[in-house]
Amino acid sequence: MKKILILFAHPKLEKSRVNLALINHIKDKENVTIHDLYEEYPDFHIDVPREQKLLESHDIIIWHHPFYWYSCPPLMKQWIDMVLEFNWAYGPEGKALHNKTCLNAITTGGSKEVYCSAGYNSFTVEQFLRPFEQTANLCGMTYYPPFAVMGTHNLSDEKLNDYKINYGKLIDLLQNNLAINDFEKKSFINDIPQLKIS
Amino acid sequence: MTGSLLFEAIMFLLGAIICVSIAKRLGLSSVIGYLLAGVLIGPYVLGFIGEEGEDILHFAEFGVVMMLFLIGLEIEPKNFWNMRKTILGMGGIQVGGTMLLSYLLFTFLGYDWEVALVISMAVALSSTAIAMQTIKEKGLMETTFGTSAFSILLFQDIIVIFMIGIMPLLSNSNTETETNVHTESVSLIESLPLGLQTIAIILSVVVIIALGRYVIVPMLRKVAKTDVRELLIAAAFLIVFGISFIMELVGISPALGAFLGGVVLSNSEFKHELESTLEPFKNLLLGLFFMAVGASINFIVIAKSPLTIGGVLIAIIILKAVVLFVTGRVFNLKLDQKLLLTFSLSQVGEFAFVLLSFAFGLHILEQEEMDMLLVITALSMALTPIISIVNERFILPKVGTKESIKRPMDHIAKSQKIILVGFGNFGSTVGRFLRSHGVEATILDQDSNRVDFLRKMGFEVYYGDATRLDLLESAGIAEAKIVIIATNRLSVTKAITKIVNEKYPHIELMIRTKNREDAYELLNLGHENFYRESLDTSLALASDVLHKLGFRKYTLKRQVKNFIKYDETSLRRLAKAPKRDEEYIFKARKELKEQEELLDADFKRGIVDFDNHWDSDHIRKALEKSNTKM
Repeated sequence: MKKILILFAHPKLEKSRVNLALINHIKDKENVTIHDLYEEYPDFHIDVPREQKLLESHDIIIWHHPFYWYSCPPLMKQWIDMVLEFNWAYGPEGKALHNKTCLNAITTGGSKEVYCSAGYNSFTVEQFLRPFEQTANLCGMTYYPPFAVMGTHNLSDEKLNDYKINYGKLIDLLQNNLAINDFEKKSFINDIPQLKIS
Repeated sequence: MTGSLLFEAIMFLLGAIICVSIAKRLGLSSVIGYLLAGVLIGPYVLGFIGEEGEDILHFAEFGVVMMLFLIGLEIEPKNFWNMRKTILGMGGIQVGGTMLLSYLLFTFLGYDWEVALVISMAVALSSTAIAMQTIKEKGLMETTFGTSAFSILLFQDIIVIFMIGIMPLLSNSNTETETNVHTESVSLIESLPLGLQTIAIILSVVVIIALGRYVIVPMLRKVAKTDVRELLIAAAFLIVFGISFIMELVGISPALGAFLGGVVLSNSEFKHELESTLEPFKNLLLGLFFMAVGASINFIVIAKSPLTIGGVLIAIIILKAVVLFVTGRVFNLKLDQKLLLTFSLSQVGEFAFVLLSFAFGLHILEQEEMDMLLVITALSMALTPIISIVNERFILPKVGTKESIKRPMDHIAKSQKIILVGFGNFGSTVGRFLRSHGVEATILDQDSNRVDFLRKMGFEVYYGDATRLDLLESAGIAEAKIVIIATNRLSVTKAITKIVNEKYPHIELMIRTKNREDAYELLNLGHENFYRESLDTSLALASDVLHKLGFRKYTLKRQVKNFIKYDETSLRRLAKAPKRDEEYIFKARKELKEQEELLDADFKRGIVDFDNHWDSDHIRKALEKSNTKM
């Protein structure tokens, strides 16, 4: 069974209905480590060796965060800046993360419709996530399409419940070798048939 | 065999110790133990205690007075005022309903209307002693049931004054003969008409409030300054005795007066000190009271007409229970709370002893009637704990609507208790920050002047020596999650940590320490959560100095964090090292030596150089070496 590390960053989790629901739903799963960055490093003083050890002991890394200003909250960027060190994560001798898998799990206030060339956000989520995709590539990781809960401002409790259950299902699928061609050409990992919400 | 005071005292104490510990081991309320002890040593079983049981009962009622004083201490005037509707509403319905039904019952049984009225008054009153003792023992004071029961009992305490006032009007016989009966009850108030009685009551309430504010609190402050512990005990007793005396003089129930006195003092800084002083005395006196009730059960009367007594007893309990259930219903109590209320107040209380013997003195009741009613009263009190057990073990589990405690995020603050010891410069900052998050710590401080000042600023601060277990206990340490020790005296800190670790090992201790030396000692005692008061401040100053010399702020901030982390590690390492006191005769030299070691280690570590994040020099060098392009 593959080990999953959820790098979770939310500066105000106690007020986030959606992220609380998602995190609480998966927190007791076996072989899943939830690493709550804002709880671990409230002063942004990240313990780099500890983080690197944590990464080495997991197979799949999920950057789980709200999609603030088309990106992640600052502590997660700080984490990327500090932990993914030269000659550890990248560079001629940096092979620590090779062959691991990586993806983003995000929540957005705006709905799927506004993230396109015709919508007011002009670009797709896929396009906005390019820096993460390339970060994963540079570190030799396989990058999967994102798991996204979108339109959270208008999300009904029933819908949220579906998403939360799907997040759990995704974890199960990832742990049991989800085949890569299962989601070829999909913009979101949610779009694969097993996770489709009607 | 009886007669010797010492012998009787020994019998009471032995009975209490044996029976209560057995009751507790069986998981029963201590009240049952005391009652049983009373029955055993009473005149009808072992006969160690004779007819003087009633005198003891009278003396032991003082326990009830103390209990109400202590309950009053826990209710702030504001909350008391908020309860007024519950007190009048629930109390009114309960007393009115019970009186009506039992009046009908006893007229139906063929009693004259005066007799039936007196009995109905006696029956309407429940036992404060038994009900409140059980509620406190089970920690249910904060539930809806707890406050409801308390409101009803308080209303009864007030209404009983009027009942005693009315009674002479019911007497058919020559009014002249009554004066020689019950001389102690004849007081100022009874000679007044009803309207003036009300005024007299209000007046005495005002007197008590004024006394509390302007006499008692200043007196306690003077006493506190002398720092002689037993004077405070004396003062506590003086307060309770004094209030009772005034109340009896006026003719109001001393328990009610004591309750009001407690409410007045609940806002003062001496609340916890008074509580911890009186608590053990109250418990012993209440125990004595319950034993006296047990001893006063007259088995000869029971043997004469067991069926009548049994029948009337059951009828009264059912009747009271029904009225209580309806009262709970009117006030929308949940089912389980209603059941608790129903069963805990369904007995006839200690006021019945007073009312019945008073009525007997007025020739309203016959000897036979009074004996029977007294037995019923005592039996109903003795039955209460048993009925409660039946309710708790067999009925409540089936109801299953336990009052759930909802704890959304915003209520974290309210539901978790924090005790803060020491409210000087350090502790007050801690307290202010906690309070800005809605966390009201229970604060203990030794300096009564400071306590007074801070209370005016709106803090909840209490005066007392926190190294005493009883004070910590009355501050509620049993329910505390965290105890913060913010005093800077190591000896005090160590004394508190020792007590807490022994008696309440689950409680987390957060400790202020002065310096490294103190931190070593605490570490060696196994405490991890200590906070050196000078560490953060001195580093803040040092990093500001470096900033003025040209260092960048964020780099300095990270260096401060690194330095603290390194220093904490070295602290733990050095704490484990063997004591070096023998080597260094002078403490100053020892400290110098240690500073030298620390500075040396800082130098070796090269503290400024190891943080190379956001620094591309090393990348450039590495790339040059391997000829790679990026």
